[in-house]
Amino acid sequence: MAPSRNRRPGFSRRAQYGLFLSYVIAGAGALVALVLLALSSVNPPAYAAARATVAELTTPLSSGLAAIGRGLGSIPAGIGEHFAVKARNAELRRELADASRLLQRARTLNYDNRRLRALLHFRERAVQPVVTARLVSSTASSTRRVAVLNAGSWQGVREGQPVQGPEGLIGRILETGPNTARVLLITDPESIVPVRRTRDGLAALVVGRGDGMLDVRSVSLANAAFGAGDLFVTSGTGGIFAPNIPVARVVRRASDIALARALAQPNTLDFALVQQAFLPPPAPKPAPTATPTAMPSPSPTSAPTLAPSAPE
Amino acid sequence: MIPPRPRAGPFDPAPLSPVARWLPAFSVLAGSLLTIWPVIAGIPLLPPFGLLMLLGWRLLRSDSFPIWGALPLGLFDDLLSGQPLGSAMLLWQLCLFMIDLIDQRMVYRDFWQDWLIAGGAIAFCLLAGRAVATPLAAHVDTALMLQLAMTIMLFPLIARICTWLDGKRGDA
Repeated sequence: MAPSRNRRPGFSRRAQYGLFLSYVIAGAGALVALVLLALSSVNPPAYAAARATVAELTTPLSSGLAAIGRGLGSIPAGIGEHFAVKARNAELRRELADASRLLQRARTLNYDNRRLRALLHFRERAVQPVVTARLVSSTASSTRRVAVLNAGSWQGVREGQPVQGPEGLIGRILETGPNTARVLLITDPESIVPVRRTRDGLAALVVGRGDGMLDVRSVSLANAAFGAGDLFVTSGTGGIFAPNIPVARVVRRASDIALARALAQPNTLDFALVQQAFLPPPAPKPAPTATPTAMPSPSPTSAPTLAPSAPE
Repeated sequence: MIPPRPRAGPFDPAPLSPVARWLPAFSVLAGSLLTIWPVIAGIPLLPPFGLLMLLGWRLLRSDSFPIWGALPLGLFDDLLSGQPLGSAMLLWQLCLFMIDLIDQRMVYRDFWQDWLIAGGAIAFCLLAGRAVATPLAAHVDTALMLQLAMTIMLFPLIARICTWLDGKRGDA
């Protein structure tokens, strides 16, 4: 390895000053970086606009790559399905026959439930979906767990809205750009979701661990016992997540803090459903503008629909 | 970038073309862009390729970047990686300062020593990045150690890629 060339500017005064200036720039830039880092630690969404700009450019690339990957990946599965379809068909018919009895019972229960709720004048919020989009990329090299969603404020996505997959809760919107949004996954160490146990309504918090798993922490009482397989759904506390979205299943029995696995495994999911925040923040006072501006159709600041419990 | 050396005599090498001069910077940007690969990761599994390319180029040729070169490259990496803005700027710049100091003390190095320097820089950047980005109570350390080991093991490959690119850009 030869000695470094740019440390020896020779006798040229201009080159010497240039070298000195580059060190001054580097030192000052490092200080600026320190200030930026301090600012972004104090106020994480401070640079959302800059990140959104880059995401706007990279998201079409990501989604294109993902489409190619899905196309290629579906070929072997398609061939396998073609040959296994008969056995699968018979199995499904059998399952359908078994489930029909359960379905009848659930219908009866649903009817009873509706009548009893009407009797109690129970008022429930209907949660409106905002948009369905794909998660296209994530922060795979960082210790944070943030994914990029292929829809943004032009599609009505706003900060704080919950994101749900077919199997369960994925996370909530952190920052939005025009066509992209960043989703804080529930496995992120800074994500907290209020939940309750399906079996007995035990209140708990699901906190991300950062390694793809979740911690379920009891909030209500000491020595709460968690058993393996306990299912947790969102409780609706806090107003962001609508109640009864499946979140996590406990892996092994523990007391007070239990290890759990998210039901929606984001590395296998394809579609994500963005919903309105359960209790949206109060609408800001309209600014006195002369020209009326067009509102995006599903606006989170519109008055939430309060309806007596509608049939499912 | 470094101003091209004036062509003093007929036997001096020609100055680099603009593409060749910007090739190190572009390859670092491409390394940072690998995080847009469409995978939703549950753990930090992707090595920081931008940092690897930066170290590969800097240890291969000391005039690949000006001394402040890590600042814009780190800013671009911060915008993509999900780390708080400013972390890669600061940490990468500190790495360049450190390598600049080492260049003065250890002038003639072999590849093992370069690998050791790169390993130290990678460990510093990943551990400090974890400290600023994630609460200390998070259980990310096992995954981080795996990522760290994988990244350090990848450095010789990246150094080969940088050498190959350097040969392609046609500078002696």
